Amino acid sequence: MAKSLNLFKRENKKVSGAFNQAKWIRGFTIAAIAVWAFYAFVVDKLPDSLSSFFQSWFPASSINESLVWVICALGLNIVVGYAGLLDLGFVAFWAIGGYCAGWFMSDFFYQVNIRFGTMTPKEIPGVHISFWLVLLIGALVCALFGVIIGAPTLRLKSDYLALVTLGFGEIIPQVFYNGENIAGFNLTNGSKGISPVDNIGIFGKKLGPFDLDWKYFIFCCLTALMIFISLKIRSGKLGRAWLAIREDELAASMMGVPLMRSKLAAYAVGAFSGGIGGVAFATHVNGVFADRFTFSISIILLAMVVLGGMGNVWGVMVGALLIAWVNAAGLPAFGDMVNGALGTNINFPSYNFLLFGGVLILMMLFKREGLLPESRLKSLMHETDDASSNVGTH
Amino acid sequence: MNSGSDLLSIKSLSVNFGGLKALNDVYLDLHPGEVVGLIGPNGAGKTTLFNALCGLVDVTNGELILNNKKHDWPKPFELPKLGIARTLQGVGLFPDLTVLENVMIGASIKSKTGLISAALGFDKKDERALKEVAMSALERVYCGGIADRKANSLPYPVTKRVAIARALVSEPQILLLDEPAGGLGAPDIEWMNLLIHNLASQSAIILVEHHMDVVMNVCDRLYVLNFGEVIASGKVDAVREDPAVIAAYLGVSH
Repeated sequence: MAKSLNLFKRENKKVSGAFNQAKWIRGFTIAAIAVWAFYAFVVDKLPDSLSSFFQSWFPASSINESLVWVICALGLNIVVGYAGLLDLGFVAFWAIGGYCAGWFMSDFFYQVNIRFGTMTPKEIPGVHISFWLVLLIGALVCALFGVIIGAPTLRLKSDYLALVTLGFGEIIPQVFYNGENIAGFNLTNGSKGISPVDNIGIFGKKLGPFDLDWKYFIFCCLTALMIFISLKIRSGKLGRAWLAIREDELAASMMGVPLMRSKLAAYAVGAFSGGIGGVAFATHVNGVFADRFTFSISIILLAMVVLGGMGNVWGVMVGALLIAWVNAAGLPAFGDMVNGALGTNINFPSYNFLLFGGVLILMMLFKREGLLPESRLKSLMHETDDASSNVGTH
Repeated sequence: MNSGSDLLSIKSLSVNFGGLKALNDVYLDLHPGEVVGLIGPNGAGKTTLFNALCGLVDVTNGELILNNKKHDWPKPFELPKLGIARTLQGVGLFPDLTVLENVMIGASIKSKTGLISAALGFDKKDERALKEVAMSALERVYCGGIADRKANSLPYPVTKRVAIARALVSEPQILLLDEPAGGLGAPDIEWMNLLIHNLASQSAIILVEHHMDVVMNVCDRLYVLNFGEVIASGKVDAVREDPAVIAAYLGVSH
């Protein structure tokens, strides 16, 4: 027995990386305010060369969208990272959340005039519900769809499960895309989409579509909420059940972990967060457009989770910010630089999937556990497969 | 046997894998408070019998009687409700969970809170109670000090202890121990002997084990399997003298 291990005395020392609420909230708040202050006050006062460097490589306009990606990636992390259920159709929830915003926060259903806590003028017909309530509605509708989509897939093992989720991820955006005439009823306005959606009301103030600073803080709060939910659930009964199922479904079942309900809960909570991301994104782009919800979003989200480190909230956040940045700013800026230097005319952003694919292959070869792995995952992944089977035949 | 007080009774159990008869007409009785050893050479069908009892293999034929009542062969998820817990050959801890969390998973049956209330945080009292029983199970195997360690950071003999804590925390009626002393060194084996004696005060135990000193030390009765059939059964001393057993197993390996 290892001499260093004291089996008898309780250790008072906390496990590193344990759930330390006050600490991360403080750190997150400071980081959020620092980023905002930097863009609000510092960037313009920098020397021209430095200032233009920041504006081309780290434009403020791409930050809010990055946060939406983070929110959705955190949701996917619950399904893939915590519960170990491969989901290739997460875009469906982003889309459903978006359409909830479209339906309940616009003049799209002009036939009716339903309003609740909104600042939209009374003359405008349609369903106008407060952004905050729609967030909840969108999240709950998504959670419901998560259960509906999850239910038939529960008996399937990983490959088949992935294919079924892929199917749903294709079907749902297609329904929205072709939903302008469902038995004579215009449900989604088809490819034209629903636009504009209502402005967000906060503290009695109506935010315009370009109140990016306010939206930044709202999105930060939503991100923090998702981090909170992720960490909170992970440290409780449900999180234990998910990890146990991920690691050994049979053993977990033999110890009384309810497999079906735990898996459904993973789909529901993951979809919940997708719904929040969807509603937030709709207010960010001021509308919902069916052609945005492509399969590639599911793949990018999965890449974020894998790159960052499956199961680790902070890793997934870093992965999501990194890939969202590469997509929105990094690759275009890099392309401009190369094209400017070499006098070429290569459309770099169109090669983003070449880059992601390459990065994923390299990650799988050399750093399978992601950039910031769940510390425990590390030793597991580098283990050879000799001890993987617990149930032998004697 | 006095089937009037049987906790568990297996009658004419057969398990076929294709054409291979892994178990053929096997029987086993377990009375309350008893430690029954299941021994036999590799491939004799010991683990297959455990698997049949845990719903991990399809039973071709056979009858199961639990608490004097005929019972269908259970599905894996029904085991906790039936008061059956099993440790797995090898280790079988959830490597990404802490030691305490591993044991808490073992106590799932004791948790009354639904998953939704748990997700919303309405399970504080339940969690505290669960933590307490898990802690006392850990202390029973002298692992209270490592509750917060990750399971995959432990040395092998310690994982064996934690695995037993995880099985006993649900206070099972029947504890199936699959090679608890496998891979352990002499001092740990001694310790495991004491622990199994200690456990027997709480649960009836069926023990699959290769270490003959453990088997002889802790078991009340033995069943000896060879090629999927029971070749001897009874009190330890009687079985030890049985010529068929000596030929099949003891004589060969010792």
